[in-house]
Amino acid sequence: MKRIIAIQENCIGCGLCEVYCTVAHSKSKDIIKAYNSELPKPISRVILEVNKPISFAIQCRHCENAPCVTACLSGAMQKDQNTGLITHNKEKCIGCWTCVMVCPYGAIKMDQQGKVVAKCDFCLDLNEPACVANCPNQALVVKEVKP
Amino acid sequence: MTAKYLIVGASAAGTGAVEAIREMDPIGTIVVVSEEQCTQYSRPMISDFVSGKADVQKMKCRNDSFWKENNAEMRLGKKAVALNLNEKTVTLEDGEKIAYEKLLLATGGKPFVPKMEGQDKDGVFTFTTLADAQRLTEKIDSIQAKSAVVIGAGLIGISVTDALVKRGLRVTVVELQEKILSLLLDAQASDLVEKLIRKTGVNFVTGQSVQKIVGRKENEDAVGGVILTKGDQLPCDIVIVAIGVIPRIELVAGTPVKTNRGIVVDEHMQTSVPDVYASGDVAEAYDYILNQNRLLPLWPLAVLEGKIAGYNMAGLKTGYEGGTNMSSLKYFGVPIVSIGLANPKDDPTLEILVKQDVNRDVYKKLVLKNNFIVGMTLVNRIERAGILYNLIKNKVNVKKLKKDLLRDDFNLAVLPVGLQRKMCVIQ
Repeated sequence: MKRIIAIQENCIGCGLCEVYCTVAHSKSKDIIKAYNSELPKPISRVILEVNKPISFAIQCRHCENAPCVTACLSGAMQKDQNTGLITHNKEKCIGCWTCVMVCPYGAIKMDQQGKVVAKCDFCLDLNEPACVANCPNQALVVKEVKP
Repeated sequence: MTAKYLIVGASAAGTGAVEAIREMDPIGTIVVVSEEQCTQYSRPMISDFVSGKADVQKMKCRNDSFWKENNAEMRLGKKAVALNLNEKTVTLEDGEKIAYEKLLLATGGKPFVPKMEGQDKDGVFTFTTLADAQRLTEKIDSIQAKSAVVIGAGLIGISVTDALVKRGLRVTVVELQEKILSLLLDAQASDLVEKLIRKTGVNFVTGQSVQKIVGRKENEDAVGGVILTKGDQLPCDIVIVAIGVIPRIELVAGTPVKTNRGIVVDEHMQTSVPDVYASGDVAEAYDYILNQNRLLPLWPLAVLEGKIAGYNMAGLKTGYEGGTNMSSLKYFGVPIVSIGLANPKDDPTLEILVKQDVNRDVYKKLVLKNNFIVGMTLVNRIERAGILYNLIKNKVNVKKLKKDLLRDDFNLAVLPVGLQRKMCVIQ
């Protein structure tokens, strides 16, 4: 099972992971439009955690026993039986924030405009998650991990 | 017929149990009894139904084929009326008798309606099920209701108020306690939230209840208003009673199954009688903050308790780690998270950390005991709530973190490296 791992020693806190995540989850896929004009404003699903001098990036860990799935009131948050990834269905989401309350990583973001949540989808439409592909110092890597 | 697993109740706990049983036992017969016809919908979403944000299809928190996929035999629209522990059978209203090897009581709660004169009038509603929500919306449409009185300013009362406001009704909320959301918020947070909700036109009357529901001039049998405890009269077209739920323990009345206010269960969700389990709003399960069993009628906990029961029924000994009073609210655009002892009575052994940003209507509070967080409230700034919740749930000593916990930029990097590694946040 593939997961995104943060390597804290390599993280320089540049925030490019957030930038490229935002672009990857925009409609235009254009960095300028994504940041300056696109509505609803796309949001990054990776979060750069900083407590100087320490920094690392975090996104949904796709937990084995995901508290967000058990807690979800609407059935929007599900575990994909094939990939083991936690999927979020925006159409089902009612923005009740229950998953936000229970995620141990604080990795579920509130999309206040859409009144729904947003989280890492592993960029399944790309070869490699955007945050990993664009990290300049290999502080985010995709690794095979045991479940 | 004989069921290996018989489940009475097909809402959150019943659903969770079926999922867990099928993880362990793909073939054992499961029979599920429900009074409702449509079962796999999310009850917390009935306010979204009334507000128009969700239709019945969107409310379904499991696929239409959920029961079929899990090979569960359904008895829909059927009520279980008798339990015979010696025979190990449950009898349904239509006379069918179902024998079980393992029984789960997931009968939930029913709305508590105090005695009020006029409570039988047309236009008085409770607010628990989809059917309640459907009746309410039909009534609002058919009489073109303009105003409502909601009795109870707890979670359900606030949720239905939000929905009614979105439908264009003028709402007055009547609450017996002095403050709204008093089980979730302290006085300061409650005042803040009340102020924000009042901005949408909602009126609150606290410290009072409704003593009488009065009729209309032209039709004495239809709701025309309410008379409050102190005598004031409020005209309204509909009344919603949202005071709370009480466990449906009728089925075990007079049996050796031990009950308190709800059905008493052990850490395996088993009742005092072997092979009989209980989960969800009907059960008194463990609260890890209060360190005692209690009623905690909350959807996510019901799912979890149902799962634990299911695993144990299917032979996998699984202990319930417990839950606590925890809610997230989205109503009136004011995100709120409240967990554990958020509004404790005065207690010198508790340490309270508070941060308020009046300009942004932000309120954050943590309640600590012996350097462990035992309660928290966040209003309008909840995005990293889960990190704090994890510190509560995993009983992390926060002595060295106190100055950081309420920082606006509180994040995982603030946590001790050992904990970060344990959480596998970093390698």
